[in-house]
Amino acid sequence: MTHLQRSFIPEDTEIKEDIANILKKYESHRGNLISILQDVQSNLGYLPRYALTEVACFLGIPDSEVYSTATFYNQFRFIPPGRHQIKVCLGTACQIKGGSMILQSWERELQLKEGQTSDDHEYSLERVACVGCCALAPVAVVDERVEGKVSPTRVKGILLGFDLQRKREHEKTSEKESGDAT
Amino acid sequence: MQPEAVKHRFEQLQKLANANWQSIEDGSKPQVLIGTDTAGRASGAIEVLEFFRQELATRNIDAVITEVGSTGYCYADPSVIITKPGFPPIYYGYVTQGIASRLISDFLQGNDPCFEFAIGALAENDIIPTIYEQPRFKYEKRVLLSRCGFVDPGDIDHYIANNGYFALFKTLQTDPQNIINEISLSGLRGLGGAGFPTGQKWQICRDSSGDTRYVICNADEGDPGAFMDRTILESDPHSVVEGMIIAACAVGAASGYIYVRAEYPLAVARMKSAVAQARDKGLLGNDILGSSFSFDIEVVQGSGAFVCGEETALIASLEGKRGWPRSRPPYPATAGVWGKPTIIDNVKTLAYVPYIIANGSAWFSSIGTPSSKGTAVFALAGKIVNTGLAEVPMGTTLRQIIYDVGGGIPHGKKFKAVQIGGPSGGCLPESMLDLPIDFDSLNEAGAIMGSGGMVILDEDNCMVDTARYFLDFTHSESCGKCTFCRLGTWQMLSLLEDITQGKGKPDDIQFLEELATDIKQGSLCGLGQSAPNPVLTTIRYFRDEYDAHILEKRCPAKVCAQLTAFYIDPGKCERSCDACVGTCPTEAIFNGKRGIKVIDQEECVKCGTCVDACPPQYRAVLKISPLSELPPSEPRPEPESKRDE
Repeated sequence: MTHLQRSFIPEDTEIKEDIANILKKYESHRGNLISILQDVQSNLGYLPRYALTEVACFLGIPDSEVYSTATFYNQFRFIPPGRHQIKVCLGTACQIKGGSMILQSWERELQLKEGQTSDDHEYSLERVACVGCCALAPVAVVDERVEGKVSPTRVKGILLGFDLQRKREHEKTSEKESGDAT
Repeated sequence: MQPEAVKHRFEQLQKLANANWQSIEDGSKPQVLIGTDTAGRASGAIEVLEFFRQELATRNIDAVITEVGSTGYCYADPSVIITKPGFPPIYYGYVTQGIASRLISDFLQGNDPCFEFAIGALAENDIIPTIYEQPRFKYEKRVLLSRCGFVDPGDIDHYIANNGYFALFKTLQTDPQNIINEISLSGLRGLGGAGFPTGQKWQICRDSSGDTRYVICNADEGDPGAFMDRTILESDPHSVVEGMIIAACAVGAASGYIYVRAEYPLAVARMKSAVAQARDKGLLGNDILGSSFSFDIEVVQGSGAFVCGEETALIASLEGKRGWPRSRPPYPATAGVWGKPTIIDNVKTLAYVPYIIANGSAWFSSIGTPSSKGTAVFALAGKIVNTGLAEVPMGTTLRQIIYDVGGGIPHGKKFKAVQIGGPSGGCLPESMLDLPIDFDSLNEAGAIMGSGGMVILDEDNCMVDTARYFLDFTHSESCGKCTFCRLGTWQMLSLLEDITQGKGKPDDIQFLEELATDIKQGSLCGLGQSAPNPVLTTIRYFRDEYDAHILEKRCPAKVCAQLTAFYIDPGKCERSCDACVGTCPTEAIFNGKRGIKVIDQEECVKCGTCVDACPPQYRAVLKISPLSELPPSEPRPEPESKRDE
């Protein structure tokens, strides 16, 4: 398993430890369910199946209830997110300034549909309802950074930036490896 | 309560805060205020802030840099206010690192205030006009936004030094019932949209039996296009905290929650820090300011469900459940969170409370219209010059807000509609622009005040597509409890999708109207009851656009992709220019005969990039609707490699 993959699919023991540490912070009270799920997601990036059953056990409620609550809310994710997370805003202001066109551009360039993560876990694409930056519409949130006035050309530009970054990283690691070899 | 002890504690707090505030406000050192709310950050405010910090350090300039919230003039972000001894405070907009560098070298080091970058001064003076001389200030009256962008939201002393927590001090000196009476007298109505009289709500809660009561601040600002709650939370968080403490004191609550939307991480962080600071100062927690009243607040983050803006759904979510609304009565004021009496108010309603208590109900009710008192904050977005926030007295007309405050429609385009109140509101046409805005007038027109989000649409926006967009939103956000909302919105959405794709049938409009009535009657909560509003208002005011889509298969605004094609006019194309070819994301444009560019209709994704790329002196790319009017174009030549074979 390469380093990159490991950061997204932690081994079971790691998950178990993380979850046990999170649960320690809470009282076993039904009202804490959403806070616990938020905590797990902010630590692991998503809600693995194992975490859902652990949380159910901890709160003494059926797995189905945890799953039902978690799937109700848009924010919870059940597959690991990509290394680069792209959230396209489709609020009203973005919509009337061509937000759906921007979403289509991302979908086309990444060959993904909204809600999907690429097979190599490099990118995940989501739509969000409104990030409250309506003055800069159309907006996309790329890795926590709010990009304003996005155009189809800018979409290509952002992805090109990531490509270059990846290439540079790759060169560095291969240089290092060849350096180590000699 | 011990009035003397409270007075002593409060005076001490004020003294400390004033000393802190004076140390930066005394005018001995230049002061730089940088707006770093979410919208400012999106336009690069953090980079500007870092630049100022670095440059001032390297050049050894003694000045105070303060991070503030947003003034609401989002169109000019990133914005910087500089106060230098001998000059009035000056407001600069669109600040880049280049402009920042000039401001540092010319103004802070030199004595040239760089008027070319200034929006205006913030105080009367002889050298530069103030921003208050701009037309928008004839209509604007800033109460809730008065501190936003001028104080550090991360420093409680800034709030206290600007009359903050004085209303709480007053509250602790009097009988809680007097507070409720004062709020009732003022005529304050819930600013979250429904407009329920706040005083009445508090009275019901206070009169409910039981010892445990709760106060909830509803900061789940889910309406797309609305960002005033976010701005208040990020720019003046203590006004909300103070409002909550006063509300709790009035109804006798010991704990409260602020439920903030998940999409607002900065607002969550700033509220948490505000609550912690208030606790440190003894304004929250046990025996507030030495009185016998105790109250504490927990900041809770939502998880991304629009329906949780509905009060009973929000309460369910707070209890850790699915955000399902329930039938009312009982109202939360008698049975809310954990079944206890709860008052749940919007951010703006609670933020207004300290102002009303400090200035008196008569002051408040002197602003606005007979049935809707005070001011309203609107978020202007979409096709408008001055995007951002506007606070105006109730009763101001839509035309004044859009044209005088908002600066009208950019690029000389024609106004088409204004969408008010988000997915629950409606689209109002030009003929309704002279409508004075208050809770009741908007209901009559088919829209609602809602959160106050106002999105302006121009001639390039399709009303049917806009209605489809809102139904898409409400359909995906419907919690699924009521069949009419869950399936009815889906039916309406598929009808609207058919219409925008040219598959509409003449009786679809009647079908839409019937479904709308059923959904309104068959839904439990506001989401379902108001979901059909965008469709009903667009049918009511823009029937001709529906007819064009259905009967002529034509999109008058040339937006609906299935009814519109892009076409390069051979008579206008410049031939030697390759602007469109280079920018087309799908390489759909090729060189035709004699170098004239041609769009391959099979490849075109109708993104409109070529329209923007085509130099303005040619304007050769045209949008054509209906498709039957598209002139035939020459076929794409076979790729050369194939020809060689």
